[in-house]
Amino acid sequence: MRINCPVCGERDRREFYYVGDAVALDRPDREAGLDAWDSYVHLRDNPAGMTRDLWHHEAGCGAWLVVTRDTVTHVVSDVVLAREVAR
Amino acid sequence: MRLREVQTVPFTFDGVTYRGVVGETLAAALIANGVKLVARSFKYHRPRGVMGSGSEEPNALVTIGRGAAAEPNVRATVQEVYDGLEAFSQNAWPSLKADVMAVNDLVSPFLGAGFYYKTFMWPKTFWERVYEPIIRRAAGLGGLSGKADSETYEKAFAFCDVLVIGAGPAGLMAALVAGEAGADVILAEEDCALGGRLLSEVEQIDRRPAMDWVADTEARLHAMPNVRVMTRTAVTGAYDQGTFGAFERVVRAGLKACFWRIVAKRSVLCAGALERGIAFANNDRPGVMMAGAVRAYVNRWGVATGSRVAVFGNTGDVARTARDLTRAGIEVVAQIDAAAGARVIGTKGRHGLTSITVDRDGVVEQIDVDCLAVTGGWNPTVHLTCHMNGRPVWDETIASFVPQAGAVPDMVTAGACHGVFDTMGCLVDAAQIAEAVVKTLGMKPTPVDLPDADATPYVITPEWSVAGKGRKWIDYQNDVHVKDIELAVRENFRSVEHMKRYTTQGMAPDQGKSSNVVALAVLADVTGRGIPQTGTTTFRPPFVPVPIAAMGAGGAGMGFAPQRYTTSHEASVTAGAPMIEAGLWYRPSYFPADGEKNWRQSCDREVNMVRTSVGVVDVSTLGKIDIQGPDAAALLDFVYANTFSTLGVGRVRYGLMLREDGHVLDDGTTARLGETHYVMTTTTAAAGLVMRHLEFVLQVLRPDLDASVMSVTEQWAQFGIAGWKSREVLNGLLDEPIDDLPYMGCADITVGGVRARIFRISFSGELAFELAVPARFGAALYDALVARAAALGGGPYGMEALNVLRIEKGFITHAEIHGRVTAFDIGMDRMISLKKDCVGQAMSRRVGLLDEDRAQLVGLKPVGAVKQLSAGAHLFESGAEPVRVNGQGYITSVGFSPTLGAMLALGFLERGRARHGEVVRMVDHMRGLDAQVEVCDPVFFDPEGNRVRG
Repeated sequence: MRINCPVCGERDRREFYYVGDAVALDRPDREAGLDAWDSYVHLRDNPAGMTRDLWHHEAGCGAWLVVTRDTVTHVVSDVVLAREVAR
Repeated sequence: MRLREVQTVPFTFDGVTYRGVVGETLAAALIANGVKLVARSFKYHRPRGVMGSGSEEPNALVTIGRGAAAEPNVRATVQEVYDGLEAFSQNAWPSLKADVMAVNDLVSPFLGAGFYYKTFMWPKTFWERVYEPIIRRAAGLGGLSGKADSETYEKAFAFCDVLVIGAGPAGLMAALVAGEAGADVILAEEDCALGGRLLSEVEQIDRRPAMDWVADTEARLHAMPNVRVMTRTAVTGAYDQGTFGAFERVVRAGLKACFWRIVAKRSVLCAGALERGIAFANNDRPGVMMAGAVRAYVNRWGVATGSRVAVFGNTGDVARTARDLTRAGIEVVAQIDAAAGARVIGTKGRHGLTSITVDRDGVVEQIDVDCLAVTGGWNPTVHLTCHMNGRPVWDETIASFVPQAGAVPDMVTAGACHGVFDTMGCLVDAAQIAEAVVKTLGMKPTPVDLPDADATPYVITPEWSVAGKGRKWIDYQNDVHVKDIELAVRENFRSVEHMKRYTTQGMAPDQGKSSNVVALAVLADVTGRGIPQTGTTTFRPPFVPVPIAAMGAGGAGMGFAPQRYTTSHEASVTAGAPMIEAGLWYRPSYFPADGEKNWRQSCDREVNMVRTSVGVVDVSTLGKIDIQGPDAAALLDFVYANTFSTLGVGRVRYGLMLREDGHVLDDGTTARLGETHYVMTTTTAAAGLVMRHLEFVLQVLRPDLDASVMSVTEQWAQFGIAGWKSREVLNGLLDEPIDDLPYMGCADITVGGVRARIFRISFSGELAFELAVPARFGAALYDALVARAAALGGGPYGMEALNVLRIEKGFITHAEIHGRVTAFDIGMDRMISLKKDCVGQAMSRRVGLLDEDRAQLVGLKPVGAVKQLSAGAHLFESGAEPVRVNGQGYITSVGFSPTLGAMLALGFLERGRARHGEVVRMVDHMRGLDAQVEVCDPVFFDPEGNRVRG
């Protein structure tokens, strides 16, 4: 598998550390209530199809990336810096 | 028998010396020496000979080399001969000729598909202990040596625009077109030479021998700097985003094989086709061979496969084989063309073929032969196109499967694997396809001159299984015959995937390369379905076996985990300290002094030394993270449960870090070096984790913060100096005295003119400092510190003493904050500041995490007859039976305290903080310990903290 890091270019997936769903970007307010927090910390969809993941280019530039890929075809359709998405 | 004069070198097979030609295959050399019996089959121990001439070979598996270098299950049709090669047969005892287990073949009527599952069912416990070991010994191929592989393997990456897989006529043409267009091309060929089938056929291209055209093309490819030709390199798998695995058999000294990962923008699969057999009675005797292989041995290697040869088949290859044999001076005694109604219905010859029985439209005749060349047609080598879930498609005209278009993104197929079987067709097909491929890369193809080549059309009359009695073998490597498939269907394993698993068809290392399509056809016939409806099983990587040693090259032994050494490593080793692993780091366990007989004596002395004078310890392995920027304080407030923005410059604070789920992530001290400059320490174990966490917070959760983080763990060597004489060790060594440095203070100082940092922090409960210098000065500083400490009656101490000192003080490590522990559990919940948000704050307030019944950190000390405590032991109420349901907690750390003269332990106990003074039962079922322990405060020594304030 290859991921096109916006900073470094296309690299082998061994350079990256996989974290999980990009839902981590949508951190609730601390007063949002336990249901919102439970959902944020524990609940994840498991789609057959498009998914947005967070990957860390740990053995590269250190950037956190939002990777859009298809769990059926394994096509990686989009890679952006998490910093840009979060802003 | 050899057909031409050659230079030979000696090699051995089962200890007998023969002579072979360097570079020819072991199979060719064995045939040349008249060796027909080369193996025993997997299940029935049937005598077997060489069948094929390539990596698809099912029979001729041998072990190469001996001892640690021995490699089992090497195909003799791939192994190249060299001077002194040692090969051994497998699965036979005491010898190939007199194999005792051949008795299996006599009782074979009872050993059909599913036999083991049906027979060895009772008693149930016997399967693992009795039946399986016996069956495994009786049935099998080569075995591993059981020793670490002594050979050297390598792994490597390569990148290209166009990967051409296979260097037959199609592959050569595709590489030529792509190369001339300027593309960066890799041409990977499994064989040691380019040419594919042209190496083994008698054909002409442009009215010259076909191999002349191959040589010309090879020269043109080598002349192009943008083309890399990799021979002996089998592409083993197709993976995501144009990544391919490839296995290169290296013949250079000192290196055995290389596993490549090739990344290609486009790929052209020119893998050719594999010949298939025909199922007829006793078609597995040594001497029955694939017709294409017979031609390869005669035409390419100059070796006769027999002196009286018959040819049986259903395509034009029958006449072609007879023609080539006759031309080589070998007697062809019969051509048996199934299309004309003639079939082989039986064979004779125990260790080698002696005769065949032929049925020509009802006229039965026995013919004496020593070799039978068989062809059932050709199957396109579709395997790589199936590695990403593609399913091949049935093509009636060639009676075989062809690749599904687009099955692997950016891969196209050309030539025989595309279903085009004549040489001219392959050249035309490959040229057109390669031109289209380079255009998709935005390159302009140069028109190539297509040479004139053989265009004889491929005509096949499908012939799968010959009617009649006897076992008709399909999968030679797993001993599957037609009746096994019939039995599977009778027992309702009718789906192709069920039939495969019930009979083990195609599940041997050759993956049924020469047998799967025949098996499908037989299954289709038995079930009354057509072949397309029957479908295929799934082809998975690797296409050819790849040694784990090659895939994991560089990862064996010390390569598995790099070793990290501190700057004091040499000094510690010189002092005789046993080094222990701490993650990838190595740290001294203890420093044995004269007369000390065990680690406990050393540890006790070192603890006493720190408590009574001074000790020096290397703490460089703790993670150090430099944090700078206008929002550095805000970042720390967000990642730590407690507050750091209020910390004064020149001060240090203990911090507790939570995970977002409210459990403890890590702890450590962070110092404020300047208004916008902090340095954080993490535990040794969590250094990488915390660094990644900080990057996560900065980039994902709080990109609004203007701060940057940098790991400086390796840039600074840091030493702890602990004990009431520690100030005396430092004053006189440092350029300025540090009498004014308060507890939990820090300062930039100099040591002998070198910039350094000093922190007054303590992990021992004594007056203590940590002194950090740039790593290049670490060794010198350590030596100086140890020498000054020794002059004051102190010295170095190791991890054992460090552990005891912190247990005496109730300081936690990752033994306690092991991932399931909350701030509440360790009594630090009040540290979580609610004046600001932080990671984990919201979830830490969940009801279940603040429950008084939770197991809480306590100290434990023995009060009964048993004085021994152990980490991992469980805690129960004093009179309770020590079973799981009664468990109330567990011990996380233990150590013998020379200061207090007893074993001390830290652990977690339900409602523990309210139970100080209670006696509970500690049971360690593993070590057989059962002790009465008193619950107490985790701080055993100097609870007021007077000593640390010096």
